[in-house]
Amino acid sequence: MNSPATLDQWSRFTPKQRLKRYGVLLATLLVVAWALQSINVIWEWVWDSPAQMADLFGRMVPPDPQNLPSIMQAMWETVNIATIATLFAVIISLPVAYIAARNTTPNVVTLWIGRFILVSSRSVNTIIWALLFVAIFGPGIIAGIVAIMFRSIGFMGKLLGEAIEEIDTRPVEALQASGASRFKVVLYAIVPQVMPTFFAVSILRWDINLRESTVLGLVGAGGIGIILQGAIDTFNWPEVSMILLAILAFVILGEVVSMYLRKRIL
Amino acid sequence: MSDFPDTWRKPPFIRNTPLRRGLWIAILAYVVFTMATLPIDWDRVSAGMGRAARIFSGAFPPSFARADLLIDGFMESLKIALLATVAGVALSIPIAFCAARNIAPLPVYYLGRATIIIARSFHPVIVAIIFVKAVGFGPFAGVLTLTVYSIGFVAKLLAERIEEIDFGQVEAMRAAGAPFFSTLIYAIAPQILARQVGLSIYQLDSNLRASAVVGLVGAGGIGATLANAFGRYDYDFALAITMVIVGVILVSEAISGVIREKLA
Amino acid sequence: MLKIEKLVKRYNGGDPVLKDLDLEVGGQEVVSIIGSSGAGKSTLLRCINRLVEPTSGTITLNGTDLTKLKKSELRLARRRIGMVFQSFNLVDRLTVMENVQSGRLGYISTWAALTRRYPKSDIRRAYELMERVGIAHYANKRADELSGGERQRVGVVRALMQQPEILLADEPTASLDPKTSEQIMALLRDLANELELPVIINIHNVTEAKQYTDRIVGMRYGRIIFDDVPDALDAAAMDDIYAGVPAEDRAAQGAAA
Repeated sequence: MNSPATLDQWSRFTPKQRLKRYGVLLATLLVVAWALQSINVIWEWVWDSPAQMADLFGRMVPPDPQNLPSIMQAMWETVNIATIATLFAVIISLPVAYIAARNTTPNVVTLWIGRFILVSSRSVNTIIWALLFVAIFGPGIIAGIVAIMFRSIGFMGKLLGEAIEEIDTRPVEALQASGASRFKVVLYAIVPQVMPTFFAVSILRWDINLRESTVLGLVGAGGIGIILQGAIDTFNWPEVSMILLAILAFVILGEVVSMYLRKRIL
Repeated sequence: MSDFPDTWRKPPFIRNTPLRRGLWIAILAYVVFTMATLPIDWDRVSAGMGRAARIFSGAFPPSFARADLLIDGFMESLKIALLATVAGVALSIPIAFCAARNIAPLPVYYLGRATIIIARSFHPVIVAIIFVKAVGFGPFAGVLTLTVYSIGFVAKLLAERIEEIDFGQVEAMRAAGAPFFSTLIYAIAPQILARQVGLSIYQLDSNLRASAVVGLVGAGGIGATLANAFGRYDYDFALAITMVIVGVILVSEAISGVIREKLA
Repeated sequence: MLKIEKLVKRYNGGDPVLKDLDLEVGGQEVVSIIGSSGAGKSTLLRCINRLVEPTSGTITLNGTDLTKLKKSELRLARRRIGMVFQSFNLVDRLTVMENVQSGRLGYISTWAALTRRYPKSDIRRAYELMERVGIAHYANKRADELSGGERQRVGVVRALMQQPEILLADEPTASLDPKTSEQIMALLRDLANELELPVIINIHNVTEAKQYTDRIVGMRYGRIIFDDVPDALDAAAMDDIYAGVPAEDRAAQGAAA
């Protein structure tokens, strides 16, 4: 029981480690404090916000199903936007992935073209694409489809390109040795290997696109968002909550469907 | 030697022939029908091409004349993303414990799951619109929006991580008579901490991205600056903003990638 | 008849891996190439169908100088050279039949390849060859469902589908267990006889080389230092082929040169 005095103290980290951990913690706290004190908010509004939100919520219940038929129709339009856009994006992303993958791209120039397409498509958000295409095509579903498509090409092209870069190159060598042309080598040795990724990525992106297409309407690019915007603008809160419920149901349904597809196909 | 078969078909993915053909026809019918009913107004499109040309010619060269506005917008986005990440991660921890099947009692579990599902299902832009209506325009609505957005992602993955932990350690603590919170800290926290830090950094990165978007509907930050520029037909400034957003996103993606690689 | 003259291969300006190598293989003989790792066996084989570009020298197959061919001509020439690989190099997610037919890709139209509508004669030949090596009942199975020995049989049939004028086998049995490995060696020997086809086999297992091949070529550091019937491979010859370390050998050559 009478252990030496030096051994009755224990700590998990060495002083240096502890210093480092406290340093990171302190830095985080400082950054947060800086953000809090310099952010441009009206603090009275912040303290008032719980009451405001309770008030808004109170106006939203009960949801008003009166406009359900038109909500459902807008939902159907939203599904179509997501599905058609995914379909086109899948088709376009294949050649993009092909030239953006280091091991299949014909030359350095095409590699950089491919990379450029991927980065520019991925870095610009769907909504910003939608803003642009609404200006070009006018408000409506077309702008929405093109916007979703543009954003999806980068996402799918990147993941597919990575899958192409990770393939087993030995079958490729075998088919080259048998005198097959480049296209046939791609067809028989590369395509089968990226097939699982291809389906997984398409389903995943479809699921994401369902969510994204619900907000297109807010910038005028078709779908349920238009009705939502209308209901908000007219302070029709019971209808707003009905639309939100419909979106919730529809997104969950989409997730169930994509889970089922993943299980069946992969 | 000619008694070998000379025909071969690849076994189809769906073996039931009527089902397979039915599916193909259904898919084809859907695509043709939706494509055919797309309201493409070619006059509007050709007029739109002219507008596109005007937008692009108006956008080049990008104008950095109002760089101060750009920087202000950006700093605001950064603050929004930071605060939302801190708040979101802090809230995600209790919610994740509620939503972990192996820790929480059933009613709490359903409550936790429901919270996560709701937070995940709504696009941040929709959440932002509601918050803007509730608490007014500006960065506060942005922080609230991205907090919800963070919960949807961080709490979900954290709950999954908690469900995967080695439960033997929890039992060992319980067997030693440790109270509930000690068990949390000693048996569960060490197992999820690394994941938590990685997730937080990833979330900071995606909040920064998202803050550019929620600003478009009035929730502050660089998105608001962009929406204003676009609304005032300042396409050259809008292009400058977009270019900066893209650049910052690429940089922050690279930084968060490096940090997460070091932590892993 | 395959004739290799003064073949040199140098990777990126380093020391040559193959040094003025001459070799002649013809008729329906089964030739094994033995030698320790790094002796240049695999490089030699890959120079023949130019999976590896030779630095200099000529390789002539039945009158065609393979080293002079342009890209499209090379494809035509490669159809005449079958190759079997150590790790089988099958496309795992395709069926056995598709893997076998991929040996015909150099012959059939792109449309036929895409739709899997192979010519009747090709399908008949595939079944015939698969029956011969005992895998016909697997035609509709995916290649990754097969065992190692079965996979290598698919690899052999794929190469034979090309109706090659010569068959190259790069360590065809190195990934297989001893029993399966002997079966594959016996199969290669028998097929060489039946199809009147010369076969060159890179192999590590000297016992198998002696048992299943007509002629043994011993390589050491890019040169052929033994070329005779299996019975002539005595202990002294074995020592020459396998003993020594590269550094000593290079030093000795340097002194001689």
